Amino acid sequence: MIDTILIANRGEIACRVIETASKMGLRTVAVHSDVDAGAKHVAMADTAICIGEAAPAASYLRGDAIIAAAQASGAQLIHPGYGFLSENPDFVDAVEAAGLIFVGPSAHAIRSMGLKDAAKRLMDHAGVPIVPGYMGENQDPAHLKSAADGIGYPVLIKAVAGGGGKGMRLVEDPKDFLDGLTSAQSEARTAFGNDHVLIEKYIQKPRHIEVQVFGDGTHAVHLFERDCSLQRRHQKVIEEAPAPDMPPKVRKAMGDAAVRAAEAIGYKGAGTVEFIVDGANGLRPDGFWFMEMNTRLQVEHPVSELITGVDLVEWQIRVAAGESLPAQQDELSINGHAFEARLYAEDVPAGFLPATGRLAHLSFPEGVRADSGVRSGDTISPHYDPMIAKVIVHGPTRAVALRQLARGLRDTQVAGTVTNLSFLGALAEHEGFGRGEVDTGLIARDLEALVQQPGVNLVARGLAALIAAGLTEPEQTLSGFTLWEPLRRTVLIEEAGEAHEVQLRLSGANTCLIDTGGDTITAQRSDAGWTLNGQRAPEFAVAGDDITVFADYGRSYRIIDPLARDTAGGADATLTLAPMPGRVVSVHVSAGEAVSEGDKLAVLEAMKMEHTMLAGRDGVIAEVLVSGGDQVEAGAPLIRLEDEAEG
Amino acid sequence: MKLQSQAIASSEQFKTNKASHTQALEQIREAAALAAAGGGERSRERHVSRGKMLPRERVANLLDPGSPFLEVGATAAHGLYDNAAPCAGVIAGIGQVQGRQVMVVCNDATVKGGTYFPMTVKKHLRAQEIAEENHLPCIYLVDSGGANLPQQDEVFPDRDHFGRIFYNQARMSAKGIAQIAVVMGSCTAGGAYVPAMSDVTIIVKEQGTIFLAGPPLVKAATGEVVTSEDLGGGDVHTRLSGVADYLAEDDSHALALARRAVGNLGPVKGALVNLQSPEDPAYDPDEILGVVPGDLRTPYDIREVIARMVDGSRFDEFKARFGETLVTGFAHVMGMPVGIIANNGVLFSEAAQKGAHFVELCSQRGIPLVFLQNITGFMVGRKYENEGIARHGAKMVTAVATTNVPKITMLVGGSFGAGNYGMSGRAYQPRFLWTWPNSRISVMGGEQAAGVLATVKRDGIERRGESWSAEDEAEFKRPTIEMFERQAHPLYASARLWDDGIIDPRKSRQTLALSLRAALNAPIEETRFGVFRM
Repeated sequence: MIDTILIANRGEIACRVIETASKMGLRTVAVHSDVDAGAKHVAMADTAICIGEAAPAASYLRGDAIIAAAQASGAQLIHPGYGFLSENPDFVDAVEAAGLIFVGPSAHAIRSMGLKDAAKRLMDHAGVPIVPGYMGENQDPAHLKSAADGIGYPVLIKAVAGGGGKGMRLVEDPKDFLDGLTSAQSEARTAFGNDHVLIEKYIQKPRHIEVQVFGDGTHAVHLFERDCSLQRRHQKVIEEAPAPDMPPKVRKAMGDAAVRAAEAIGYKGAGTVEFIVDGANGLRPDGFWFMEMNTRLQVEHPVSELITGVDLVEWQIRVAAGESLPAQQDELSINGHAFEARLYAEDVPAGFLPATGRLAHLSFPEGVRADSGVRSGDTISPHYDPMIAKVIVHGPTRAVALRQLARGLRDTQVAGTVTNLSFLGALAEHEGFGRGEVDTGLIARDLEALVQQPGVNLVARGLAALIAAGLTEPEQTLSGFTLWEPLRRTVLIEEAGEAHEVQLRLSGANTCLIDTGGDTITAQRSDAGWTLNGQRAPEFAVAGDDITVFADYGRSYRIIDPLARDTAGGADATLTLAPMPGRVVSVHVSAGEAVSEGDKLAVLEAMKMEHTMLAGRDGVIAEVLVSGGDQVEAGAPLIRLEDEAEG
Repeated sequence: MKLQSQAIASSEQFKTNKASHTQALEQIREAAALAAAGGGERSRERHVSRGKMLPRERVANLLDPGSPFLEVGATAAHGLYDNAAPCAGVIAGIGQVQGRQVMVVCNDATVKGGTYFPMTVKKHLRAQEIAEENHLPCIYLVDSGGANLPQQDEVFPDRDHFGRIFYNQARMSAKGIAQIAVVMGSCTAGGAYVPAMSDVTIIVKEQGTIFLAGPPLVKAATGEVVTSEDLGGGDVHTRLSGVADYLAEDDSHALALARRAVGNLGPVKGALVNLQSPEDPAYDPDEILGVVPGDLRTPYDIREVIARMVDGSRFDEFKARFGETLVTGFAHVMGMPVGIIANNGVLFSEAAQKGAHFVELCSQRGIPLVFLQNITGFMVGRKYENEGIARHGAKMVTAVATTNVPKITMLVGGSFGAGNYGMSGRAYQPRFLWTWPNSRISVMGGEQAAGVLATVKRDGIERRGESWSAEDEAEFKRPTIEMFERQAHPLYASARLWDDGIIDPRKSRQTLALSLRAALNAPIEETRFGVFRM
């Protein structure tokens, strides 16, 4: 009898799976690394087992430990979530060898789709359109070059074993081909240990449209398409279902192709067939090409769930338990429109660098589905993906759903870390996006406007000063008391790295004039809290000296402690610091070595991106403070140059 | 028992009263604003241009943000020295630092370089007296050139002159009352002893200086040429001389260091009283302006005031049916227990005996006393003298003088003659003495004083067989009446620090609460009364 499921994952997807599994009456078993002992998914599960240390390789990627945990806890099913071991066929084999059930496709199906060139050949045979390109074994640069010339520029060079944008280069001019090839190969080598590349035609106004499929090992259905064209450097930002301006004819053609793809490999469970679509002159039945198939549940699966009313995790579990397809194609239809926005702990102005922090506050407004793996008080650690939540909305039409998304994002409250919330909000309110003019280049084209930080908000700053002065605490009859003249108190508030003076003139406990930025704000307190210039004050969260005012997608302030000032010292080029939390991939210098400004010192990997640390000035390496493989926090010293006098 | 107010806010009387008080308040508000502005625009600008915070900002930024500040002597020296010393050149008051009540004394260098006028000395000493009686740590924000030389005879030689400041510091330190100095400007000559005599001293880098003699005097005396900074700057005093303990980057850093120093003080060993949860009065304190007549001669029921001061307007009146011109009873102000003694007419023998009895009760129980003073004096006349009103009055005066419970006095009306003594006037050393803008204080009313003088003169004239016309008598009385009117005014009184300040009557409850809170910082000693004339 199947009564227990182990979820071999963490974060929001683990929580998501546990929720459905519990609803289906299953006992749930969480696995976790030591740093995740207090995580939300652990708290939600009936049982939790620690499977190792923080680094994924020491825990969530340890198939043997996970299988042992399943056996120890009596779980019959193992749900892999996405990422980690979800597309690892060896793991699937091991799970089955242990007499357990893997909730997902067979090892064979995963392998068939694992290598991109083989997959494309397979799809070609199955009658699924593929992008013109070269996927041969011959990796001789000259041969690749002539293949590219044959396809016609611009072309895309992609790592065969790649994914997530790594090992990918766009070449627009034939003379740049060899340079692009070299760098794509080296990136692929570092990332995947396999430098084989494929070349494909680059589509001018591409849209990323994917079809959700579901199979029972023999037959498959599709649950319509998702449009994931809003991407930043190949990372999906906002997804929607269905795709805007999708003619029923094209939808049917794509759905049929996706079902053919799934059935060609005997697909079982939830999967996604990604197509690249030429959006230049409207969608056409002959204008889409197979890109790849993701043999797992996707991050963005909720939008498909909301428009079809299907719980994909429930289907996964039912099919894994032996049922055949829970619904036939003609039983599936589209109801309304759904959006999903991915909320990340990210420093957008600094170039979308991943961020960490303790979430002093996290809340979502009524009416949105927020799939989250963290709660107020939880920490976004450098060890894992910095996703905070997926904000998902469903409305009768695209326009309504988009408005709901915009509102949902505006009323989402996060304190304790920087986020991409305002960026998501700007996207939700982007005019072109609103008209459905989506393509994968939209974000890059309008990036400057989208990442623009909101202007000065003196009212929010004034509120921060009131908070700093303790005046938002329950009223005390004597606060603000003076016999005659009000005292002018100065509160120093840091906003976006700048110190601002805010002066408070309290007349009794309930009236305060706030002077800042050359303006005077009148604040009044009543039973309902403070009003500023007659408007109700925004909500806020406080953690130590950090204040977040929930206006303009969250404004962060810090109370400046005059005592801390003398210890603040600026870093200079002598010390190279980690710009973000990450893993040291390689160190390229050693102590005593002379370097010139701009020389490569080390490479840091964080969130699927490699960051090269360059020498800030000429000098001699005094000390190398890290070595390859080290996990470092933001601001950790990496390399020290000798003082200039020493050199 | 909850008091029942008879006041009708919509009545003509209420409106007239309010208008009268509002006018009186306006005059005080203007005086207070003048004092708060310190040495005028030019001098303030010069001060700020040196990177210094204005003195009131220094005080504000020393205190816990949003916390109350009970200023002492807010209109001191008003009208004195040709108005050359607004606020007497020094800000003083009780504020809250790290949740603890402290006495802040802050020189205003925009007023004649922060030099000490006679009233400056008096105010500084009064602030220290409050600190000592109520065990409040003292924080001196020093920025002063020392004694005002043209008035040296009024500030240097006597007991309660400049030297007393350092005497007090030493005595308070000995009692465990912390003395903290923040040197934010000059500390010259005698002034150098403020930081030197403190337990902990903070000095602002390249701004604070401490020396017994400044560079000009050094050059005159020994020929040595030296800069202020090298003679006694922050670096010198924290590194070489040890006169100061902490070097601050600037004013705000210095104030933060002072706050930290307060955080490192030992625990408060205060008074033990039964506290209750605070509760607002049932009647709005703002209505005081309407329930109290503007004219002192118009009688009213003092319970209307009590009802707007105490928690829940609840007043357990003691001996309500005896000696009715003195109202006594128990109440709470923001949760703190008090015994209230309030005038409700002229004092008779019974009232005086009742007052003495009530003081005894509160003394035995350790309950602080609040005096609401509105008194024209003890009743005069043969009947009263013969029954021994002086004896009964003496009982009350003895009780008030010798009790050790904290006394807080508020002049809510007249304060004339011996009534002032029995009702804990300044000489009876209440912990605090606050006055209302409508209050008047003098040995007797101006009319009465002029009348006494006129009677003496008329007797002389008539003895010589001459006559004195009513017009001449009126002309004779006028200057006396005018003098009394001028001198009895609260601004005149407060300028000379006969009290701790004029308050807005609507803030009476809060002022009382802060005064009580301050008083409860010191343990209440056992009382030993003097001999009561029975």
